[in-house]
Amino acid sequence: MTTVGAPVRRREDYRFLTGQGTYTDDINRPNQLYAYILRSPHAHARIDGIDSAAAAKAPGVVAVFTGKDMAADGVGGLPCGWLVHSKDGSPMKEPPHPPLAIDRVRHVGDPVAVVIGETLAQAREAADLVEIDYGEEPAVVDPAEALKPTAPLVFSDVPGNLCYDWSLGDLAAVDAAFARAARIVKLDLVNNRLVPNAMEPRAAIGEFYRATGEYTLFTTSQNPHVIRLLMGAFVLHIPEAKLRVVAPDVGGGFGSKIYHYAEEAIVTWAAGKLRRPVKWTAERSESFMSDAHGRDHVTHVELALDADAKFLALKVSTIANMGAYLSTFAPCIPTYLYGTLLAGTYPTPAIYVETKAVFTHTVPVDAYRGAGRPEATFLLERIVDLAADELGIDPAELRRRNFIPADAFPYQTPVALQYDSGDYQTTLEMATSAADYAGCEERRRAAMARGKLRGIGIATYIEACGIAPSAVVGSLGARAGLYESAAIRVHPTGSVTVMTGSHSHGQGHETTFSQLVADRLGIPIENVEIVHGDTAKIPYGMGTNGSRSLAVGGTAIVKAMDKVIAKGKKIAAHLLEAAEADIEFADGKFTVAGTDRSKTLGEVALTAYVPHNYPEDLEPGLDETAFYDPKNFTFPSGAYVAEVEIDPETGRLEIVNFTAADDFGNIINPMIVAGQVHGGLAQGIGQAVLEGCVYDKATGQLLTGSYNDYAMPRADDLPSFRLSTHATPCTHNPLGVKGCGEAGAIGAPAALTNAIVDALRPLGVRHVDMPATPEKLWRVIQQHRSPLAAE
Amino acid sequence: MYEFNYHKPASLDEIANLLAANDEAKLLAGGMTLLPTLKQRLARPSDLIDLAAITSLRGITDAGDAIVIGAMTRHAEVNRSPVVKQGLPALAAMAGMIGDPAVRNRGTIGGSISNNDPAADYPSALVALNATVHTTKREIAADNFFTGMFETALEPAEIVTAVRFPKLQIANYQKFRNPASRYAIVGVFVARFPNAVRVAVTGAGPVVFRVPEMEAALTQNFSPDAIKDITIKEDGLNSDIHASAEYRAHLVGVMARRAVAACG
Amino acid sequence: MQKTVSLTVNGRPVSATVEGRTLLVQLLREQLGLTGTHVGCDTSQCGACVVHVDGEAVKSCTLLALQAEGRSVLTIEGVATGDTLHPMQEAFRNNHALQCGFCTPGMVMSALDLVKNNPNPTEREVREYLEGNLCRCTGYHTIVLAILEGAAVMRGEAPPANVHGAAAE
Repeated sequence: MTTVGAPVRRREDYRFLTGQGTYTDDINRPNQLYAYILRSPHAHARIDGIDSAAAAKAPGVVAVFTGKDMAADGVGGLPCGWLVHSKDGSPMKEPPHPPLAIDRVRHVGDPVAVVIGETLAQAREAADLVEIDYGEEPAVVDPAEALKPTAPLVFSDVPGNLCYDWSLGDLAAVDAAFARAARIVKLDLVNNRLVPNAMEPRAAIGEFYRATGEYTLFTTSQNPHVIRLLMGAFVLHIPEAKLRVVAPDVGGGFGSKIYHYAEEAIVTWAAGKLRRPVKWTAERSESFMSDAHGRDHVTHVELALDADAKFLALKVSTIANMGAYLSTFAPCIPTYLYGTLLAGTYPTPAIYVETKAVFTHTVPVDAYRGAGRPEATFLLERIVDLAADELGIDPAELRRRNFIPADAFPYQTPVALQYDSGDYQTTLEMATSAADYAGCEERRRAAMARGKLRGIGIATYIEACGIAPSAVVGSLGARAGLYESAAIRVHPTGSVTVMTGSHSHGQGHETTFSQLVADRLGIPIENVEIVHGDTAKIPYGMGTNGSRSLAVGGTAIVKAMDKVIAKGKKIAAHLLEAAEADIEFADGKFTVAGTDRSKTLGEVALTAYVPHNYPEDLEPGLDETAFYDPKNFTFPSGAYVAEVEIDPETGRLEIVNFTAADDFGNIINPMIVAGQVHGGLAQGIGQAVLEGCVYDKATGQLLTGSYNDYAMPRADDLPSFRLSTHATPCTHNPLGVKGCGEAGAIGAPAALTNAIVDALRPLGVRHVDMPATPEKLWRVIQQHRSPLAAE
Repeated sequence: MYEFNYHKPASLDEIANLLAANDEAKLLAGGMTLLPTLKQRLARPSDLIDLAAITSLRGITDAGDAIVIGAMTRHAEVNRSPVVKQGLPALAAMAGMIGDPAVRNRGTIGGSISNNDPAADYPSALVALNATVHTTKREIAADNFFTGMFETALEPAEIVTAVRFPKLQIANYQKFRNPASRYAIVGVFVARFPNAVRVAVTGAGPVVFRVPEMEAALTQNFSPDAIKDITIKEDGLNSDIHASAEYRAHLVGVMARRAVAACG
Repeated sequence: MQKTVSLTVNGRPVSATVEGRTLLVQLLREQLGLTGTHVGCDTSQCGACVVHVDGEAVKSCTLLALQAEGRSVLTIEGVATGDTLHPMQEAFRNNHALQCGFCTPGMVMSALDLVKNNPNPTEREVREYLEGNLCRCTGYHTIVLAILEGAAVMRGEAPPANVHGAAAE
């Protein structure tokens, strides 16, 4: 009755399909108040005064709080969870980040005051009466502009707006390789800023219980324990034992719900002050200006090749936008999740990368699906395609010629990582064959006859997932460990509750983890219950991000099951009057090896809880907890092929085919894995052709502040996807799994951009920045001589 | 949203009285633009007068050589109406391109043209098809109805009751959508009458406009080639992060040619 | 201005006191406790709030509660029959057409509206009909498959071969 590897339908679906999910905004607490947060309309301004007297007297208003009120009460700033050092050894600049701005606002949407009322409408209306005296100052939103000496400063004590100037790799080796290169290919590119846009807007409800002094925060989080630690220890100074954080059903995260946000601290603190629950739910327009954004890099890349078109060295220089404050994990994204991935699928012997992280008057930038790895993949796969073009070699062939061979694992890259397994050749062949790569020329000619420009593009990718070995990330500046926890509680009659530190906000853990447990413990899947998202119920866990849940959280579950089975063997040995070493566990039964004498898991569990006939030196109960700290990252990889047609008259693009071949190691539920790939691809395609966050350079206003202006992928923008998988199991976790959540978003932008450039290659186009909107493509076509017009 | 008084009168007379008594009142038709505007607190009417109960404003009538569409007729009804599909297929098709299905189930022709959003689809259809707007006070030719961005010839307290379209088989609407909002970046409605061709453009400028040069050329020779050398000046066209005036001007030509080609 | 609104929700007559500005979705979520209908944006685009009013899909965030006076409203909570999922809900489950579940109620309500108007849609027609429903998780791939399957079952046909070969638990 094994279910591992089977497309088991999701156990969570019934409640979602019948409207019975419980998202944070679905929760209402008795006697609850509502918070409305006033946000800066300016990108950069002094706060010269706040007069809230009239608002405080408005109908239904219970309180108006400002940043000064919170500071006076000892509330701390929002902490950053990662310390990056510059190449000169100095620590990054880490300016304060108060939950409510105190004397200066630094981006449109920066929270300034909170009005708390009996109803949301009353709070909202009273907010109009709060008079904030702003002294507007010049703003800078573009990361490259921010480094210029004339740029306005985001923080007066951060010269040049430079947070850090980091590097990785052997510059001397790279320079030497460039000196002897047969060819050097160069490219300037932009990795466009994105807004994550989980469909559920963020929400938070703070609650304080006078009788016990305990606080509860319900919040839209991917990692409730991380929020409890950061908010409890650094911001509100509430002991963990008095603070419970619940992340119930969460409507998508994609990274944006990892971080500790101001609103969580505001409602929790206000609940304590007012002794009543306080609820806040973001309007979508607030989400646009307060959820951490993603990407936003400006990069120069150079690739050196020898006479055989083998990659000799890669040199990358990036300016990364941090936004106005350091979000929780922001500093590590354009460094340790980016520079370390620049080997990609290639054995390039020398790599050097430097990243200047800058402050600007924009929403903070942090991890968004892929987080650093899409940026690395994009530049690498673009420069490889450009090299192929310049050398007149087919892009697939150039990649084949340069792949790390399948027999070279474990493979140590020059940028710190050691890949444990992979087979890049096979996934490339699978993808190109499924996409009929060879037949593209014919399709291109047929399209040309219809007046369309057709192109095909390949991207391979590697990602570092299963985040992460604590000692490694600790040495790189992480202020947290990145293990995961699980507790297995076998109940007296043999049903099982699993408490996991991972958090599901769409990933289907209730199904995948149940499959894993049912399979391993040999019990029906209906007898397994997965509990997550509540610090009062689960062991300390790091939550879900970085495609880590199965590789790290799933392994913690395996380790906890190992402990259950080990203890069960002792009990079974006693019951069966056999030696413990002779007891085998399989199919839900403890059996004396070589006999038919056995006890079921249920019988053993009942004995553990009703220990009338029980080993003398053994504790009762069958309830085990395990923590698993991974030994290495996992390295999913794959190859994507995109095919597009462009209407040269309008610049309108159609994605005619999208083919993926991924190596995620072993797979528990292929249906869920496919869904993860689909979603990642959609977000990657969105980045490539639709999505781009735009700030007005003069005023710092957010111009893409709603779905009227920020183009979200819709059903008719996307093709059906063709997927396949090939497994080279991970060698260092017992499941052999690698993670699949981010792959699509990592590989798709480069594949699609390569296809677009391929379609435009006959015109002499060598690069198009993302998003390749119709007008952008039309302009590029206009700027080059049209072969269609020449006919 | 600011609070307001909601009314659902049963007659046009009652509406007139309510409008006379409340300077800051607004009419509510389908609400597909008004309600989002109110939610953003961009307007603060004292009263909202819902037209939903005025049954005389609903329905599609076959009037021989014309089709009369009541102001409160929803886009989905126009899209699916056998009368419109038969007598004015291009209009039925255009109605199916407005907003999304849920919006088309609520949005009305009267509401759309009274609001006169520069990127709305209906204005181009009315102008190209030489429709007549019927109001509580008079009849207004479409050419004279749309006067500026979000402005119409409607006087205070004047309400659109219906729109009369001549039946026409040879017409087509081509829409180039904004990838984010799905409104028209450029929409071109081409209508070929027995003795004349009318070309109306929405989305490109502050208000719907005709292209006389194209109309003249197409009247002579109704083919895409006839207008291939006609360029639209970008002066005065809309320009935003989605499309520059130059691009919009270019798209007017492309969409017009495609509309002509689609007329067959 | 407080007024009483009376309507039918999922077959049950209900009355509530609302303000002029109270949106239908607020009435459903905050006063009637029907939190299956979601709010994902404030510009009437995401479609998480789609319900049926008198059998037609509408965005309940863009309809005043008072506009629903005397109408019949169907929300996601009223789609299944007892514990038995509607064929469209079942098809969503079979095809893994939901991940976080937030857009799902609106997607199902839109899917039912589509099938009512077009019982045998093509893949292209399904994709175009979903113009007013945003999903950030699925890339729509499986939602499209689910709607095609749901439509087939609602027509009384055998469902198309399931691409995943999804297994019951």
